[in-house]
Amino acid sequence: MRVSLVYERIREEEAQLMRAVERLGHELSLVHLNSDKYFTLDRGAMRSDVALIRAISQTNALLSSEMIEHMGVRCVNPSTVLRVCNNKLTTSMRLSEVGIPTPRTAVAFSPEGALRAARSIGFPVVLKPINGSWGRLVSLARDEEELRAIVEHREAIGSPYYRVHYIQEYVRKPGRDIRAYGTEEKFITAIYRISDHWITNTARGGKAEPVKPSSELEELVVRTCEALGGGFLGVDVAEDEGRGLLVMEANATTEFKNAARVTGVDIAGEIVRYALGS
Amino acid sequence: MEAICPVCGSPIRLPEDVIPGELLDCSSCNAVLEVFEEGGSYALREAQGILEDWGE
Repeated sequence: MRVSLVYERIREEEAQLMRAVERLGHELSLVHLNSDKYFTLDRGAMRSDVALIRAISQTNALLSSEMIEHMGVRCVNPSTVLRVCNNKLTTSMRLSEVGIPTPRTAVAFSPEGALRAARSIGFPVVLKPINGSWGRLVSLARDEEELRAIVEHREAIGSPYYRVHYIQEYVRKPGRDIRAYGTEEKFITAIYRISDHWITNTARGGKAEPVKPSSELEELVVRTCEALGGGFLGVDVAEDEGRGLLVMEANATTEFKNAARVTGVDIAGEIVRYALGS
Repeated sequence: MEAICPVCGSPIRLPEDVIPGELLDCSSCNAVLEVFEEGGSYALREAQGILEDWGE
């Protein structure tokens, strides 16, 4: 089988995926979006059985997957899944539709609405950009004064996306959260991301340790992948003191080097096998 | 294979197994450079920092 790797930067994940494709006996084709390539939109213009979408720009990941699917090549993850996972509001709606537990969430399109939303959830609250990643611009508002300052800064940034105020309850988690990996068919593995800071992303310095998964976690991850359209996802889960496991979000071009290192699971190989249906 | 550092103009020897999208350091000026393909050969550009829509 011929597997295309669609990417911008060669990070450790992309290097592991390249090795996995070759180790599993498939032909690898590199599609570096930032080289002097261009794409015609003819069906059959790309000769490949499947394309692994690994662009680091979420815009380029989504658009390249839509274009490659238009050319008749299946993408992992599919554009429909990338579109959902790139937007926290869309993700929340999909999870809510099937009753997957998430933090209490409210959305407002004005500063006044943001204040009322936060009051209804109860302080402290967390404000997140609807299309952000790596914990970027995720902000904690402990009271109305802090909320007003955060919203004022958001409104001044200029991008219409920052004027959509996506507000969640502050989840009191035990100094860690869970990054789990799975598909709509099976749970793969999980790590704790341990940090003294309330933002626990390993991209922000959170320490990774393996999780001994409960059946509840395994089932929650599979249900989440199914709810978001089916794909190989990195699912972020918080352990709320009162409510148990809550799904925070899912990542469709997931990073996995720390999880592969501490769990010993060949996540790159799992992605390639999933992409090829083997 | 050799390419030119776009920041300081020094020649940079590319590894035999270099591929587009890799990052290299210029040993003369310490710039972080991205390898890309242009006209069938490899070239270097200054690597961008984290952009607004980067993520997973």
